[in-house]
Amino acid sequence: MDARSTSAFALGQRHLLGIEGLSAEDINGLLDLSDEFVAINRRVEKKLASLRGRTLINLFFEASTRTQSSFELAGKRLGADVMNMSVISSAMRKGETLLDTAATLNAMHPDLIVVRHHASGAVELLAQKVECSVINAGDGAHEHPTQALLDALTIRRNKGAIDRLTVVICGDILHSRVARSNIILLNTLGARVRVVAPTTLLPSGIERLGVEVHRDMREGLRDADIVMMLRLQRERMNGSLIPSTREYFHYYGLDAAKLKFAKPDALVMHPGPMNRGVEIDSVVADGAQSLIQEQVEMGVAVRMAVLEALARNLPNA
Amino acid sequence: MLRADTRPILLANARVVDPARDLDVTGDVLIADGVIKDSAKNIRAAGVPEGTEVIDCHGCVVAPGLVDMRAFIGEPGAEHRETLASASQAAAAGGVTTVICQPATDPPIDDPATVDFVLRRARDTAIVHILPMAALTKGLEGNEIAEIGLLKAAGAVAFTDGTKSVMNAQVFRRALTYACDFDALIVHHTEDVNLVGDGVMNEGEFATRLGLLGIPKAAETVMLERDLRLVAMTEARYHAASVTCAESLEVLRRAKEAGLTVTASATINHLALNENDVGSYRTFLKLSPPLRGEADRVALVAAIKEGIVDAIISDHDPQDVEVKRLPFAEAAPGAIGLETMLPVGLRLVHDGSLTLLKLIHALSTRPAELLGLPGGTLKAGAPADVILFDPDVPWVLDRATLKSRCNNTAFDEARLTGRVTRTIVAGRTVYEYV
Repeated sequence: MDARSTSAFALGQRHLLGIEGLSAEDINGLLDLSDEFVAINRRVEKKLASLRGRTLINLFFEASTRTQSSFELAGKRLGADVMNMSVISSAMRKGETLLDTAATLNAMHPDLIVVRHHASGAVELLAQKVECSVINAGDGAHEHPTQALLDALTIRRNKGAIDRLTVVICGDILHSRVARSNIILLNTLGARVRVVAPTTLLPSGIERLGVEVHRDMREGLRDADIVMMLRLQRERMNGSLIPSTREYFHYYGLDAAKLKFAKPDALVMHPGPMNRGVEIDSVVADGAQSLIQEQVEMGVAVRMAVLEALARNLPNA
Repeated sequence: MLRADTRPILLANARVVDPARDLDVTGDVLIADGVIKDSAKNIRAAGVPEGTEVIDCHGCVVAPGLVDMRAFIGEPGAEHRETLASASQAAAAGGVTTVICQPATDPPIDDPATVDFVLRRARDTAIVHILPMAALTKGLEGNEIAEIGLLKAAGAVAFTDGTKSVMNAQVFRRALTYACDFDALIVHHTEDVNLVGDGVMNEGEFATRLGLLGIPKAAETVMLERDLRLVAMTEARYHAASVTCAESLEVLRRAKEAGLTVTASATINHLALNENDVGSYRTFLKLSPPLRGEADRVALVAAIKEGIVDAIISDHDPQDVEVKRLPFAEAAPGAIGLETMLPVGLRLVHDGSLTLLKLIHALSTRPAELLGLPGGTLKAGAPADVILFDPDVPWVLDRATLKSRCNNTAFDEARLTGRVTRTIVAGRTVYEYV
């Protein structure tokens, strides 16, 4: 119980709803704090006391294994009491459940609520109805800020810095909140960002978000420092967007041959869960250039940093 | 029809605006027996009938009451959203003296008995004229033509499937052809439902930033082009219910130049707002068709000025809290508008885009013409549906004060300039702002 992080960084806002609106100082502050937690997480004694007495609720309207367990572990390692709630209800009643659930939970006086919801903007809506801090763990195709932060931490620890790197984001950009949060964060920190996807999986106006758009994966991977693969979200696909996973893998799946077009020291990332053989070949996913396991480790540290940085704003009386 | 008040009223010292005669002058308007007797300079000096109520307008505008071609009223079946009575209170406060209600009720207005029900209920409970459009297809299902002849005889002023498009081109062609025999006006919502898909706002950068699925402008233009091909085959009277983008205006311009009997309206929302007003997922700004970009809004205003788009509608659509306090993608579309259409329209006059004559033409005179109604003018003999408004008084909209049963306005806390001070329907003052 003796360990304390040394950085005094605190976020200047009550909620973390997205990367949009964070300054480079905010992001670097969170990453510096995360670095300290990485070291603590590698010790035998991992338990801190900075959130002792605090209540953290994980409210998931969409099934999740890794994000939910990552937040749970992060909260517990900081000493908070953690409660997990999975709310799976009929599609028609989901929205109604959202605000009712918000009011119910608010009455229990939690200090932090982590929310994932299938609709864009739902977490912000919920945040308007509660008095505690809210952390967005993914809302529709909008944002997933802690994923972008853990990706940034992983890159920074492996490449030393983020500015001037060429980062290529490949795959289902249309349905991806991870892509949106990463595009905003990487631009804020001065990276050069490219997206690679079939045009049916690119949202309209994506180039206005500060990315180069490529349809040819080999072209897009040229001289890349980081290759971020996205999961093909087949469950969200309504209508004909790609003809088959076989054709998709042929043109947009990352295999060893395509990876050769990137820099020799390029590193490969994936937010998980992976569709092996659809967007990424196992040889690459498990290969020497893969950072996928490290991303998971960084996830716990980043979430500890976010909880800590928000909790420092909470009233102490 | 509402019973007329026979007592004479003189609206003196007014700015008389009558688009039907291209008239914008200082003068008086005399009303008696439920009709306009005279509008000219200094009627008062020439002598008025004994017992005339003289109202000094202090230079405020006197204009024909507004005629709103598209407002949803939930009677029968959705009275919690709006009744004929509550809609008429909102309309009166907004200077709308004739409301055309939509057939998407429960049951839908696709039967002459339902037309009759609405007309009787309106006569007994409403303080402005309310006339129904009837369904174009049975049950608004887009499969079989409704009884256009009987419905028109019962009092339906036009035919529409409301916010649904008739996707089957064969059915739509037959509806247009059949409507010709009864000289019926067909009003059509132009959106291809497959191209709309799961979209919830205008397709483009802003939707992408919000992580929302977009609706392409082509969804509207594709359907409008199809319709106009069919109109060319049938010579039916066709009215596009709500056009929103510059591409559609080009299509309309070509059709009008080719001499087709085509008209169109635009909603006050699309003339005053753009997609950026959605802000951080404001569901009151979720509309169907969606708000477009600023370039489209500007083009739409220009099209009103030029007459490519004929009429301005409120597209009044009351939605309660249960269907609006939801994540954006799950919320119902629609905004109320009867009470704010004129003040918001005056923004376009104050910023120099439209003359007051043009605005009143699009809000009153032109829709009355399209529907074959007697109002929309201050000519002697016209019904005494008249409004008085101060075009320059500033105020801030508080949605709690609105008269509709729902408060889903797209203009909450908006700064507005100009408001209605008196609404007269059939010679009777039904609303007064004090």
